[in-house]
Amino acid sequence: MDLFNAFIVVFASGIRLGTPLILACLAGLWSERSGVVDIGLEGKILVGAFGSAAVATFTGSVWLGLLGGVAATIAVSLIHGYASIDQRANQIVSGTAINMVADGMTALIGNAIWSQGGRTPELPAYAQFQTIELPFARAFGSVPIVGPIYERLISGHDLITYAAFLLVPLTYWALYSTRFGLRLRAVGENPAAVDTAGISVRALRYGAVMICGVLVGLAGVYLVLSQEAYFQPHMSAGRGFIALAALVFAKWRPWPALATCLLFGFLDAVAIRMQGVELPVIGPVPVQAIEALPYILTVVLLAGFIGKAIPPKASGIPYVKER
Amino acid sequence: MSILYGFYEADSGEIRINGEPVRIRSSREAISHGIGMVHQHFMLVPPLSVLENVMLGAEGGPLLAEGAGLIRKRLAELGREYGLEVNPNAIVGELSVGLQQRVEILKALVRGADILVLDEPTAVLTPAEADQLFEMLRVLKGERKTIIFITHKLREIMSLTDRVSVMRRGEMVATFDTDKTSPPELADAMVGRKVILKIDKGPAHPGRIALEARNLVVRDDRGVVRVDGVSFILREGEILGVAGVAGNGQSELLEALAGMRPPSAGEILVDGELLTHVQSNPRAERLIGIGHVPEDRHRVGLIMPFEACESAMLGFHQERVYGRGMLFDRRAIIADAQSKMKAFDVRPPSPLLKTANFSGGNQQKIVLAREIERNPKILLVGQPTRGVDIGAIEFIHKRIVAQRDAGKALLLVSVELDEIFALSDRIIVLCAGRITGERRPEDTNAQDLGLLMAGVSERAA
Amino acid sequence: MSSPLRPLPIWADVALIPLINVAAAFVISGFVVLAIGENPLEAVQILITGALGDLEGIGFTLYYATSFIFTGLAVAICFHAGLFNIGVEGQAYVAGLGAALAALHLGFLPGYSLVIVAIIGAALFGAAFAFIPGYLQAKRDSHIVITTIMFNYIASALMGYLLVNVLREPSQMNPETPTFSVYGQVPQFHELLTPLGIHWPVTPFNLSFLLALAAAFAVWVVIWRTRLGYEIRTVGANATAAVYGGISPARVTIVTTLLSGALAGGMAVNVILGEEHRLILEYTAGFGFVGIAVALMGRAHPVGIILAAILFGILYQGGAELAFEKPKISRDMIVVIQGLVVLFAGALEHMFRRPVAVLLARRTTSPPI
Repeated sequence: MDLFNAFIVVFASGIRLGTPLILACLAGLWSERSGVVDIGLEGKILVGAFGSAAVATFTGSVWLGLLGGVAATIAVSLIHGYASIDQRANQIVSGTAINMVADGMTALIGNAIWSQGGRTPELPAYAQFQTIELPFARAFGSVPIVGPIYERLISGHDLITYAAFLLVPLTYWALYSTRFGLRLRAVGENPAAVDTAGISVRALRYGAVMICGVLVGLAGVYLVLSQEAYFQPHMSAGRGFIALAALVFAKWRPWPALATCLLFGFLDAVAIRMQGVELPVIGPVPVQAIEALPYILTVVLLAGFIGKAIPPKASGIPYVKER
Repeated sequence: MSILYGFYEADSGEIRINGEPVRIRSSREAISHGIGMVHQHFMLVPPLSVLENVMLGAEGGPLLAEGAGLIRKRLAELGREYGLEVNPNAIVGELSVGLQQRVEILKALVRGADILVLDEPTAVLTPAEADQLFEMLRVLKGERKTIIFITHKLREIMSLTDRVSVMRRGEMVATFDTDKTSPPELADAMVGRKVILKIDKGPAHPGRIALEARNLVVRDDRGVVRVDGVSFILREGEILGVAGVAGNGQSELLEALAGMRPPSAGEILVDGELLTHVQSNPRAERLIGIGHVPEDRHRVGLIMPFEACESAMLGFHQERVYGRGMLFDRRAIIADAQSKMKAFDVRPPSPLLKTANFSGGNQQKIVLAREIERNPKILLVGQPTRGVDIGAIEFIHKRIVAQRDAGKALLLVSVELDEIFALSDRIIVLCAGRITGERRPEDTNAQDLGLLMAGVSERAA
Repeated sequence: MSSPLRPLPIWADVALIPLINVAAAFVISGFVVLAIGENPLEAVQILITGALGDLEGIGFTLYYATSFIFTGLAVAICFHAGLFNIGVEGQAYVAGLGAALAALHLGFLPGYSLVIVAIIGAALFGAAFAFIPGYLQAKRDSHIVITTIMFNYIASALMGYLLVNVLREPSQMNPETPTFSVYGQVPQFHELLTPLGIHWPVTPFNLSFLLALAAAFAVWVVIWRTRLGYEIRTVGANATAAVYGGISPARVTIVTTLLSGALAGGMAVNVILGEEHRLILEYTAGFGFVGIAVALMGRAHPVGIILAAILFGILYQGGAELAFEKPKISRDMIVVIQGLVVLFAGALEHMFRRPVAVLLARRTTSPPI
């Protein structure tokens, strides 16, 4: 039973750790499916986090905080969009620039305003998202096995987590059942086909880049308004890159993206849980090995040893009309 | 054609549809005027299904489900009416080329196209698939659709069309009613009557066989067979011209001979010896004395951002003359480039100037100088005077003939018939990757070659 | 679509446009300083005084610049082959392991031969860590950008594990190796100059700087004066022409990433062998990423890279002084400038082309007044 409880705790923690990954990964999915490669997710998470922290601190409103974070990331996404779509820039260079500017700018401004080395003041409880208890969670809790799973694993997360899980089927539906989704999938594979069908490649890609901004903004918002209650420099801590890895691992598809992000979230939870734990025979758990696992798995996949991850064909290539 | 489909806007002139002048500024407008286009390179999205490809841009609403039912029905109707059946759920990338083309046509029809433009539609089809296509087009014609069929193959023109216009170098040169014209007349119009270039050229004295191809089969990057069982011999001291309309396998043949594209079947023999797998790469072939002037100097033959002297050693940069060990001897490189530039009258003769800053003719002279000055036994030459000014053309032609007179074996690939006539001692004609005939220039004329290039093989003609 | 314009004159292409791009980055940085309520001109003054005002400042500036020359060269050599190596950070980190292992365990080597072997160790480890992404790009078509990003994190985890669990002295709390013997250290300039009677303050500025200059010269020779460099540039400029020229793009890709990794190792020489004298956790501190900005700003040319590296050295050293005097302008300002340089000199490098071309065309066509 202790083991069962431990599992519940780790899985619940995995869901919490996986939530920003899911959001960032879906963001990357939208962008890359339209043909705009985005390695700037890491920086955008920071911008979203900082934006929400700053606005929530000034207004005391969790909702304005959310809006602030999302608006900030949309703005950054548009810079990447302008460089990638209109300037036909190298999208990797643009993403790198965004990561750097975001990393420096958030810390700089945070420090300039609050003089705490870039940290923002801790938000009061009313300026944070609270956990939501699903109906009958407590009543069910005593039912063996199913009860604790419902009470402590499924119930008790906050709004953004539930939103993230809902966004997966929503993304799937939008991608495969709507006109916009069809055009988006097409433009990432063969923009010339979209162009000759009388559809604007530019508008589609800008649309995708903005959606990317909203979703990755939510990932940043989550870190502040749901998890930490303050912004801290570099608090994205590589999540943007893990999300990128998950995107590759999921081969740019929504449901596998969810599964991969949850897996990576659980690995993270396990790594935290195992810190300093001595296992019989193995001895102290090499936590770093668990931390590195997402990256190693992704490289192995990229190398084509387990299946093949083929990105959208036109991703990273600016569209130029050809004769 | 691209103008008609709104990819580019015309500088002048007008387009009329049913007598009404229209302006077409985008593909969307072209579609709304009832123009449907089947591009030579299909505008399809391979990982999507047939249905999704057909729907793209004609979804009929923000949700796919509404339009999908209608389009599915329409596809079934069109399939029955015109014999255009295709499984709407199939993934386009997994379909045969013929079926993919069918999807392109269906795309246009679903959008209600009354005018169907097909650009070289049979280039990628097998003969059986082409016959099916014609069948389908005849049905469409019966349904009062207008069909513009762009091709260079006379057989197709004669069997399918009602009227034919001949376009040469961006100009409509003639229009005929198909039943009142003949393949020879069309071939004449196609080839034109330009001032024949005169070259002082003595008789050839062919020697031993230098190069032989046996049943070569070569595929392009997409896996389509572009050279289909080609065999020929090339002797020392002769120029063998390879004639054909662009895109009939000449490029792939040249690349295969030069070691840039491994043939998927067949053999290449140099001096009677089989070219091994290991030798079949550009570096090894240069070492055994095969020079190669590629068709496209921008994309292949030169490195545009490099200094001319650096472009002038591409492929030979490992040679001792350019320095010992790892280090280059810059003075040797510049001196070598200077002497090549002088020998070939490259202007300006500045080895340090960026390659891109030379005119087309001078760039081409750099390539020729590089390949010829190395004294190869066999020289493969592709489109030697494409985009080259008249003065340089004459110069380049003289050099090529001089190589022949020096006993070299030359293979000349050109889409310019005048050039083929002026230089070749023997001519083979390629159409759709096969040799449709072999001629001596003195025994043939432009009309005869035009027929061969258009796929009218000797027996049929 | 834009109408074609005459090509720009060479001086505009090589000097004016890059200068405008970098200037744009700095002007925007100035506005950022203004926005947080400080005077940008004053900030520049403090920054420059801090970096170049006395010998100590200059020593630190050149110490930082040394690292940036190495990481900039590492990024730039890959640029020439058309590759984007984001993994310099991880390669430099792992190179530190090579340097430390040699310096700690090969103590039997006579005199300063130890440090030379340690330098080679750094280069070898850096190259080895770059090999896998290079190989995967060349042979299995795995995008080097993604694999090198992953390898940065793998390096971080690997080194964290080794430092905490393997290399740390049991008596030590901090995850770091023991200090190297004196022969395992690259001498610092003050140690060399003081016996000669020349005053030089105690700074981390060490002989690695000369190695960096030598490496820059070597990179110039390799890229523009050797067969290998010719092949690297050809593959980068036009891979089809390379194949026509008998050059194997796969081989060139692997060799280039190996060289890049070895150059990244130079940073370990400067920091680990030249200053810290032991391997410490996360010693690279993002300097591998600075290399991207340096390479872009220096237009992948060693001379440009040295100049850009010194500029970034000034920013890092002067930035520290600035953060001390003006707490509002924290050292993060430098990362902002760095990012803006990458944005304007890299991603938006053509943004000012058209306006400049229009301006030049107008100037040459308008009648003189």
